[in-house]
Amino acid sequence: MSHFIRRQRYLIDFTVASLARRKGKNLGLLGVYTLIVFLLASVMLFTQALRQEAGLLLQGAPEVVVQRMVAGRHDLIPADYLERMGRIRGVAARYGRLWGYFYDPAVQANYTLMVPRDRDIADGEIIVGHGIARTRGLGLGDFIAFRASSGTTFSFRVADVLAADAELVSADLILVNEADFRAFFGIADGLYTDLALEVRNPQEVRKVAEKLTVLLPDTRPILREEILRTYDALFQWRQGIVFVLLAGSLLAFVIFAWDKASGLSAEEKREIGILKAIGWETADVIRMKFWEGALVSLGAFLLGYLAAYVHVFFFDAALFAPVLKGWAVLYPQFSPQPYVDGLQVATLFFFTVFPYTVATVVPIWRAATTDPDAVMR
Amino acid sequence: MYGSSTTVRPHCPARAGTVPLLLLGAGLLLFAVTLLDAAWRGDDAALASSRELVVTLGLTDLALFTEARYTRHLSQADRHTAFQDHPLALDHFPSGSLVPPPARLGQP
Repeated sequence: MSHFIRRQRYLIDFTVASLARRKGKNLGLLGVYTLIVFLLASVMLFTQALRQEAGLLLQGAPEVVVQRMVAGRHDLIPADYLERMGRIRGVAARYGRLWGYFYDPAVQANYTLMVPRDRDIADGEIIVGHGIARTRGLGLGDFIAFRASSGTTFSFRVADVLAADAELVSADLILVNEADFRAFFGIADGLYTDLALEVRNPQEVRKVAEKLTVLLPDTRPILREEILRTYDALFQWRQGIVFVLLAGSLLAFVIFAWDKASGLSAEEKREIGILKAIGWETADVIRMKFWEGALVSLGAFLLGYLAAYVHVFFFDAALFAPVLKGWAVLYPQFSPQPYVDGLQVATLFFFTVFPYTVATVVPIWRAATTDPDAVMR
Repeated sequence: MYGSSTTVRPHCPARAGTVPLLLLGAGLLLFAVTLLDAAWRGDDAALASSRELVVTLGLTDLALFTEARYTRHLSQADRHTAFQDHPLALDHFPSGSLVPPPARLGQP
């Protein structure tokens, strides 16, 4: 065993010395290789972390949301729909939700106004999300004025600011009481934005949704599992899009690496010829080249992956922020929770390390099995 | 003089493979550290306040894309929200190109 290890050590020593003779070329290859792994791993870690986070957070979303549809669009739903749906077995609670959007021309941002069920807010007061407080420079006790749909200006006092670490779900949120909400948007009593249902047994949710579509044909139930599926699909889609965008650079790298690894230079051919002439076996030459491929690709994989981990989980994926922000003025400041999916890392490893190592070994096998004299000529 | 023996140590140059192997070893160690870090820091406790807000307010979406209403509340969007101006108006928000339609809209 020790003989085997010693043999590999000598081969590695020889390989490293051989790589060092073409330092510039090999360092360049390592740099490009690392960059490719870094980009792929960053996208993978970031989308996976967001997907995991969305899944954990939205487990608490309402089991069923009922929207009224008019001419294919979401419309306000009358409160008497709560009575019309009657008693559906399995529904523990049902209530109307009031929420809507407000475009603030001062900062060109969209806010989400909402009436909370769990807390009382005094007339003329609001609770704002941390994103709004940051963008508008608001603090406790500050006043902010909005122009309502009727043209009148409403002045609100900031009674509280939502927690900074909850920005991912509340960056653009403004909580107001029901009376202020209705007066601000001109929504009459007896109308809600949508209805929410709590269902005791998760197995019964689909059945409840089926009954609802029969009882209230102009409505559309949205189930929590659909919300979760939407977010799951969103991050898969986004990851796919970025991978497609990266495909061009990936292909360029594949051509570069294949050319570097498989096309033997005259110098390398001579080197193999000399090694064979001084007594190296074909197997030794292949092992030496295997170590060359393995050292370069493993080194690039580890460097790229570690840099991606630091980028995503310590610098909050700063390179991707402009893509995510789009034209949004209010963007949540959040740090993705570190999450590593073993299968994805294994896939990345397989698709980055394995092809390069194979591409290095195959042409060498061809050169190493030929006569040293012919190779050197 | 003749009785004393001197050991001659051959000059042993540093082996070329030592530093790269040590670096690879360090990289593998750091790789293992990232797995431990993910297990250590990636706990649900850090999401507690967000989760509480989702449950108490009945929130349905993340505030990731606030630029358009159909990207702000992805799961609540209908087929027409992306074309709010007229049926042939192309979606002009950058997020629209990153966001697929809700999963349920693809169902028959």
